[in-house]
Amino acid sequence: MKFDLQQWINTGRLKSPWVAHYDCGSCNGCDIEVLACLTPVYDVERFGIINVGNPKQADVLLVSGTVNPRNRVVLKNLYDQMQHPKAVIALGACGLNGGIFQEAYNVVGGVDKVIPVDVYVPGCPPKPEAIIDAVVVALGKIKEQLEKADRGQAVNG
Amino acid sequence: MIAKLFFGLIGLAVAPVLGGIIAGLDRRVTARMQSRFGPPLLQPFYDVLKLLGKRPSAVNAWLVLCSYLTLMSSALAVFLFFFQADLLLIFFVMTIGAVFQVMGALSVNSPFSQVGAQRELLQMLAYEPLIIMVFVGIALKTGSFSIENIYALEQPLLFSLPILFLALGVALTIKLRKSPFDISTSHHGHQEIVRGLLTEYTGPQLAMLEIAHWLDVVLILGLCSLFWSTGMIGMLVLLAATYFVEMLVDNISSRLTWQWMLTRVLAPTMVLCLVNILWLYTL
Ligand code: SF4
Repeated sequence: MKFDLQQWINTGRLKSPWVAHYDCGSCNGCDIEVLACLTPVYDVERFGIINVGNPKQADVLLVSGTVNPRNRVVLKNLYDQMQHPKAVIALGACGLNGGIFQEAYNVVGGVDKVIPVDVYVPGCPPKPEAIIDAVVVALGKIKEQLEKADRGQAVNG
Repeated sequence: MIAKLFFGLIGLAVAPVLGGIIAGLDRRVTARMQSRFGPPLLQPFYDVLKLLGKRPSAVNAWLVLCSYLTLMSSALAVFLFFFQADLLLIFFVMTIGAVFQVMGALSVNSPFSQVGAQRELLQMLAYEPLIIMVFVGIALKTGSFSIENIYALEQPLLFSLPILFLALGVALTIKLRKSPFDISTSHHGHQEIVRGLLTEYTGPQLAMLEIAHWLDVVLILGLCSLFWSTGMIGMLVLLAATYFVEMLVDNISSRLTWQWMLTRVLAPTMVLCLVNILWLYTL
């Protein structure tokens, strides 16, 4: 049996998604649902998911709320601070395209106008189950990225 | 000598695995105490492997250097312990690692990191005198600072140094940064000034510090095991009980301030240590 560190690291990547949550001015509905995931009822730590406060240590960025010209800079900044491999999840109708605030003068629109989004979670607000599912789907996306990278060249991250 | 060297190397190889499993057990038992299911036992290993695979992006070279030095000194301290070296030497080597971890955190401008580093210095200020007191007690009892002499004892140290064992437990809680002493950083991702001391350590550097932390846990549990050096079973029971109490305290207490730590915990515990040492003299 060959000792393959890269294989081990990939296993680790899929089993330990650390999540950073950024609130782009949401109504707090989505944020409460994110926090609900951490309670004993849903217990996301079962999947190794931890809510970290630090984008530099996170693998998945959860964004809720409407993006506006003020916080789009912050959002971009947070995304850039995350280390590869990483994934972004847009939460709720607001994160998808601005939701009920879509037409407001200060709303840029969906999260994907600013940073690339991997998974969209519809709902106003989305159910905690849907958010957990989104993280699992995002892991699949990361896996795809890694496989693509493996075929191209052996990259570390 | 060769046998001791061999023993030291085996200890060094086993310690990270053991430390990771202890961390995994800790997270599981903690989850059960909070009526959650908890992560898989191997979760700490997954975390560290993932962090090792992250693209490195340290803010400056100091952080990288400091994380290497921290890991190296923790590894050396564990090696020296299994090598049955001098207790004071082990203590100084352990301290070097802790100091470099703080230096790394101080080398960055981030206020979270700065505050965390200052608080970590205060925590070191709290647990180091306690550990020194324990070593002094052991030296008074056995006549030297060498670990070998402890294993030569006929009666476990716990009977003659019960209060010092308690002090070692307090030092363990502070060193492990468990509640109520998770002041400089916390094991829970989102808490206490964004993990203060660890804020600026990322990817591979964070993984190295995590492994160093596992090694430290093994080392301090090793120091606890010296208090029951006469039998393997008694030693394991003592260690399991000690760690279980640590987890219990972690879950039933809330975080307190460093002022509280220094005035209400360090000062009385030091006095109790002195009482224990005086008691040794009168016997
Ligand atoms: S999607 Fe609904 S719940 Fe979520 S932030 Fe927008 S309005 Fe609030």
